[in-house]
Amino acid sequence: MNQGESASLPPAGLLDLDPSWSRLVVALDHLGRSCTWHLLDSFANRPDATARLTLLCVHGNPTWSYLWRHLVRMAPADVRVIAVDNLEMGFSERTGTHRRLASRVGDLSGLTEQLGITGPVVTVAHDWGGPISLGWALDHLPQLVGVVLLNTAVHQPAGARAPALIRLARTGPLLAVNTVRTTAFLRGTTALSGSKMTKETARAFRAPYQTPGRRVAIGEFVADIPLEPDHPSADALNSIANGLAKLGPVPMLLLWGPGDPVFSDLYLGDLMMRAPHADVHRYEGARHLVSEDDDRVVPDLLRWVSELSTVALNDSQPLAAAPADPVLGTRLWDGLHDAATQGPTNTAIVEMSGAGRRVTWRQLADKVDELAGGLHARGIYPGDRVALLIPPGADLIAVVYACWRIGAGVVIADSGLGVSGMRRAIRGAAPDHVIGISRGLALARTLRIPGLRLSVKELAAIARPGAPMPPEPASSATAVIVFTSGATGPAKGVVYQQAQVAGTRDVLQRHYAMTSSDAIVAAFAPWAVFGPTLGVASVIPDMDVTKPRTLQAVALAEATAAVGGTLLWASPAALTNVIQTASELSTAQRQSFKSLRLVLAAGAPVPLQLLEEVQELVPAAEIRTPYGMTEVLPVSESALPQIRAAAGGNGVLVGHPVSGVKIAISALDEQGRPAGPLSTDVEVTGEICVQAAHMRDRYDRLWATTAMAARDTGWHRTGDIGHLDASGRLWVEGRLAHLIVTASGPVTPVGVEQQVQQLPFVRLAAAVGIGPIGNQQVIVIVTTCDQIAMGLLDVDRTQLVRAQVRGIEIAAVLVRDELPVDIRHNSKIDRTALSKWADEILAGHR
Amino acid sequence: MRVLVTGASGLLGAVTAKAIAGRGHEIVVFQRRPSGLPFDEVRGDLLDDEALVRALVGVDGVVHLAAKVSITGSRSEFESVNVEGTRQLLRLAKAAGVRNFVYVSSPSVAHDGMPIIGSGALPANPQTARGWYSVTKAQAEIRALAADEPDFAVVAIRPHLVWGPGDEQLIGRIIARARAGRLFLIDHGVALIDTTYVENAASALAAAIEQVAEPEVHGRAFVVTNGEPRTVAEILTQITRAAGLPAPTRSVPFGAAYRAGQLAELAWGSRGAEPPLTRFLVEQLATAHWFDQRPTRAALAWTPQVRLATGFELLTNWYQQR
Repeated sequence: MNQGESASLPPAGLLDLDPSWSRLVVALDHLGRSCTWHLLDSFANRPDATARLTLLCVHGNPTWSYLWRHLVRMAPADVRVIAVDNLEMGFSERTGTHRRLASRVGDLSGLTEQLGITGPVVTVAHDWGGPISLGWALDHLPQLVGVVLLNTAVHQPAGARAPALIRLARTGPLLAVNTVRTTAFLRGTTALSGSKMTKETARAFRAPYQTPGRRVAIGEFVADIPLEPDHPSADALNSIANGLAKLGPVPMLLLWGPGDPVFSDLYLGDLMMRAPHADVHRYEGARHLVSEDDDRVVPDLLRWVSELSTVALNDSQPLAAAPADPVLGTRLWDGLHDAATQGPTNTAIVEMSGAGRRVTWRQLADKVDELAGGLHARGIYPGDRVALLIPPGADLIAVVYACWRIGAGVVIADSGLGVSGMRRAIRGAAPDHVIGISRGLALARTLRIPGLRLSVKELAAIARPGAPMPPEPASSATAVIVFTSGATGPAKGVVYQQAQVAGTRDVLQRHYAMTSSDAIVAAFAPWAVFGPTLGVASVIPDMDVTKPRTLQAVALAEATAAVGGTLLWASPAALTNVIQTASELSTAQRQSFKSLRLVLAAGAPVPLQLLEEVQELVPAAEIRTPYGMTEVLPVSESALPQIRAAAGGNGVLVGHPVSGVKIAISALDEQGRPAGPLSTDVEVTGEICVQAAHMRDRYDRLWATTAMAARDTGWHRTGDIGHLDASGRLWVEGRLAHLIVTASGPVTPVGVEQQVQQLPFVRLAAAVGIGPIGNQQVIVIVTTCDQIAMGLLDVDRTQLVRAQVRGIEIAAVLVRDELPVDIRHNSKIDRTALSKWADEILAGHR
Repeated sequence: MRVLVTGASGLLGAVTAKAIAGRGHEIVVFQRRPSGLPFDEVRGDLLDDEALVRALVGVDGVVHLAAKVSITGSRSEFESVNVEGTRQLLRLAKAAGVRNFVYVSSPSVAHDGMPIIGSGALPANPQTARGWYSVTKAQAEIRALAADEPDFAVVAIRPHLVWGPGDEQLIGRIIARARAGRLFLIDHGVALIDTTYVENAASALAAAIEQVAEPEVHGRAFVVTNGEPRTVAEILTQITRAAGLPAPTRSVPFGAAYRAGQLAELAWGSRGAEPPLTRFLVEQLATAHWFDQRPTRAALAWTPQVRLATGFELLTNWYQQR
């Protein structure tokens, strides 16, 4: 099988491959012999053009340069893309030489020398192309300005088994059968892509490997994976893996398909450990061939490249260590220690569920210290991530503060995501440890969490009185990863540093003028955690936290009475049920609400009617609705009298920004894109943008998402649409993802819905668009009070709806029994689903 | 400009001739029957060269509406009028020095039976068009646009479901059925469809004969509608109410209606009569077809002046005065 075969151009007609990109180039290989490479060169047609930088792309096994065709096509004119076929692979020459890793690095250097690539280079590689490109990168540091890796590995992570498929493929005689004599391995790889790959694309991937003779190197590549320490390529791979430290200052981007059965998330974790500065984007749902599975990969890669400086960083310059800034005012645990000093026997936390539990400040402070010491001794270190699957209560709060004291980040996937959503969220955050109740641990069982796996019941044994405290963490340490509700796509992890959590605490303290005489009734789970750092007692009512609407009026009254609650935080769904069950309250229970000075309804838009009913139940308290999102909370706030006066406006009034928050609007263009510069002009509808000290740090392992949301430096794009009024108050008109873009411009849904809901026969309304963006029709979907049948609303009532919404053309009105809402808040209408539903109905027969 | 309007005996032809005249142009109309319009008139058949030549004397622009539009008929009948007739007219018009030509087409030339949801004017396709009318209109449109050249600007305008007071094609049939108690909905009439009030179709054609030589206009096809899609149920309700009749309430499933259409075509077709229902009609009444009007409005510098609601009022008045 050692006969040679010369290099050739790919056959004509391969999907998306422009024949004019192909070049055959003769270069000296690592042994100094002339070999012919096939490569794609985006500058093939304009050899005189100059490149700002060059992307040097190396495919893995068993693919070829075809993998980079979209990159070649989409690269801007000043970026040269060179995508090689490794020797013995693709359409490059078959020389009959068995090339190991070190040889291949030398071969590639010979080629770049021949091509005269002396300017700035970004290496781009996938699969086993990763080590080759990294080897080249380490040999060319002076011209290296960036490194991009897609699903690859440089090392078997501790505790990880070799990828099962590779192990299988390498098993003795199976190797040749799998890789060379048959197309099993070849076909397996294209099948490793998600369901998206078309037959035509799969055929193109297989095009250079039609005969066993052309597949020899596929087998050799697999055989060259050093699974054993004495493997001939082990040293080369080790030195590349260790060399990654030298790349320290060079920007790195890791683009990952988490569904890869070969290079799993563990390999991503290994790379992130070696290159902690790397930007990372995980494409939920994508697999091994990540750039085939998700259309965003190539545009994201190019955006990242466009932001690169083309000045190579000197490798002698060490990566500036993050300054170990003193935590000072940001120490999250100070509040509870101060409270423990000032009123050791005062109540810190009351749990109303089960037998009920009351924890004093002294007990809580001691517990946090003991757990911090104990968990640290058991192996939870600064920078680790700890998934907490514990319902809100004293245990959760103690563990959270212990982790913060250590400098570990807590991963909190709330059950509002649903079981599969929680699993996906936790897997995505790649926690090092998990602490949970037994149900939580069961859920995390198959998630391959490498470190501790602790039951809440074991915590008492782990707590160590008098254990030495770990050193104090930096204020930039990751404090928490929480998740968006996933109403528009998979839930995104949101990373807060300790300073940003402290920022949120400070805003709450200032804005609500909280003192130690306050007590929080935390019916909205996230807030329970803030009590201790505020030095304010909190009570968690007896309710199923997974279902906010299970909060009963009696349970709320008992919780309020237990601490003399002054601040109630609750979601609209919880408040709805409280109102519905209010008739069960005894007179004494009603009296207990008198201690409340403030009721905050947060988490989703709250109907005015509900607020009025709450005010009736709690006449002495002020009713307010804070506005915010997982990424920054609170942003602004409105109180009941203003909301009452705002009826009939376009959208939901969410009020003035809270102190420390700046709000600006990025106006929508004709196509509904938020393209305008950030502005505070009044009555201009656009994307709501927020700037605040208590804002999230970033999205977790979603570099491109963070880049999009943070594209105005220092600001967060919320994905909400709204406008500012003349007195500086913010109005929310809907989600950007739910915008209706008609031929006469964008229409926001909330204002339409509010007007339609004024009609006596309408209970709830949703406005959605159908048809192509820019030519959408507005469709209104209602639930009715008079049991009108599902389907089309009759013509007379349809005309009433149209008369109610002046200036906006409504094509049709449909009736449903109920509107779909999100799990977490049980109140955010899923307009995307409704739009699809309406589109299917109104398309008629297909 | 002197403009020849063919097919002026129909409602759209007559309104169009008046609309063009209203813009200060000179009109000559051409059709088989007397039009009763106050314009120069040449009567004849599209296949009658001599009559056409006479009609084309001194003409600068042609708006070609004449066509066989009925639901029934043999392929050759449709072909001779719609394809051959158009070919003759194109040839003779060019020879007579006409510079502007508006071919009045139909969105059905690009309708393969699947829903049309907000798209523009797709290419005419005789292979997938439904029924001989649509097939032959597609063939003729392709021929007409192929004749577009520097001194002979051709545009195809496809008005969709034209209706108005006095219309026998659509409104007349619906009212006749409603009077007979035989008007029903298919699948509850949920499909969203575009329609065109006759004055709007006419003003679009008038704009087209003036704009046809513009670079973004000639050689292309444009769909014309009111740009206000409504459900079939709503449109049928509004039309029957305008005539003082009860709105349709009965609905039959698509499958049953389609089979009924098939049977009716066989039964009535063999007698050479117009069947009360055809498969084409069932599809039209059960499938969404609404369009993107932005390219049309931009290219023709035209917007519809009569809103749907006004159109239904005008229809109501018309029935009340009868």
